[in-house]
Amino acid sequence: MRIIHHPILTFEHKKEIPFVFEGKELIGYEGDTIASALIDHGIVTFGYSIKRNRNRGFYCAIGNCAACNMIVDGIPNIRTCITPLKANMVITRQPNKGEYR
Amino acid sequence: MKQFDCVIIGGGPAGLCAADMALEAGLDVCLIDRNPRLGGQLIKQTHKFFGSKQQYAKIRGFDIASILIAKIKDHPRCTILTDTTVVGLYPGPIITVYDNQTYQQLKADKVIVAAGASEKTLTFENNDLPQIMGAGAIQTLMNVHGVIPAKEVVMIGSGNIGLIVAYQLLQANIKVKAVIEASDTIGGYSVHASKLIRHGVPIKTKMTIKKAIGTTHLEAVEIIKVDENWQPIEKTSEVIPCDGLCIAVGLSPMHQLLSMLYVKTKYIGPLGGFVAIVDEKYTTSDPNVYVAGDALGIEEASSAMMEGYCCGLHVANDLGRPHPDHDQLIHHYQNELHQLRSGPHGTHVRKGLAIMKKEVDHAF
Repeated sequence: MRIIHHPILTFEHKKEIPFVFEGKELIGYEGDTIASALIDHGIVTFGYSIKRNRNRGFYCAIGNCAACNMIVDGIPNIRTCITPLKANMVITRQPNKGEYR
Repeated sequence: MKQFDCVIIGGGPAGLCAADMALEAGLDVCLIDRNPRLGGQLIKQTHKFFGSKQQYAKIRGFDIASILIAKIKDHPRCTILTDTTVVGLYPGPIITVYDNQTYQQLKADKVIVAAGASEKTLTFENNDLPQIMGAGAIQTLMNVHGVIPAKEVVMIGSGNIGLIVAYQLLQANIKVKAVIEASDTIGGYSVHASKLIRHGVPIKTKMTIKKAIGTTHLEAVEIIKVDENWQPIEKTSEVIPCDGLCIAVGLSPMHQLLSMLYVKTKYIGPLGGFVAIVDEKYTTSDPNVYVAGDALGIEEASSAMMEGYCCGLHVANDLGRPHPDHDQLIHHYQNELHQLRSGPHGTHVRKGLAIMKKEVDHAF
């Protein structure tokens, strides 16, 4: 969900960017990172931990912690919190250390 | 290999101000940032700054970022690499950067590391559940992207960041169920705390988080009272349902690239962790490598800007190409720094810098 009313900031309506997450077609907006577009849709699990398969999500937002790493267009370990969303990106959750698809 | 007079790692307040001075002095500058936009943490700071006019007082953080970026953005001698991560820093200095699946090496006469800081985390059961986020991360989602991070949030930590972000959550119409603080007093400025109290947000001191509850994502937190030795007191716990937990327990300087170069570093607690030892000209034990901003110790963004200006000026001067007003500007910015660090809230930093000064005398 997006913030609509804010006392300081104004969020103008931006260009829509279509993308695919786990086979589902979704819409993000210009200026989004992959992570912000996913959280907008209520998606909070971005991948799974290597040994115990525990859910992983967004944590640091500065490309430091690796919790938000995902597979984007077949490339693993993309830091989704600092990677701008682009049209028609194919995004999937990463279940392991990362393999090219 | 591309060659620059000065490569600056990090496009936040320190890096932008260092670039500004180095460019004014006539250097070729390359400014690198791993984020899609320059500005560092300023771009998500919606509050007005304190201090003097030179420190951009009364201006909101994101507006300060725009002012600083505008000064360098179209400069003919400035190369800006965003979406680019520095993955290696070697003697030379040689800088390896990574962008879009490709690696590239850059050569510089001088390197300024203005890499900033990363948020500390806390140890508790289930601390890895999705929807447990750093305070900076929540700020980015709300204030940069306009995305609602959660509906009901518990904040851990009552320092200035915890208090400010809690208030920003309220501004975005998100419920803040409580601010939890393990110490017996609120850490941040009372002006920020009173705003929260006026909005009915409980600030619970002498309490800490025991565990997060949930299987695939956060559903609640269990908090517990602590005694004077910070030990949990049994049967005092309380469960607060929430779908967001915000961790605001401080920051650590990003020393990793400097450690890679084997410049002299030391753990200085009052500065936030491991930092490079630098002299009064921001030079490390490698004479071609400089540090400025939070990478050198956790302070306010205002201090990072003043350090950035000083550092950029010193780099130009050390290359034998001083800024025409070098002496005057150094004096001015140092004076600003001195003012920012005076007073009770600068105690920590002053203590840390005193340790740093002792180390320099040994190291160089």
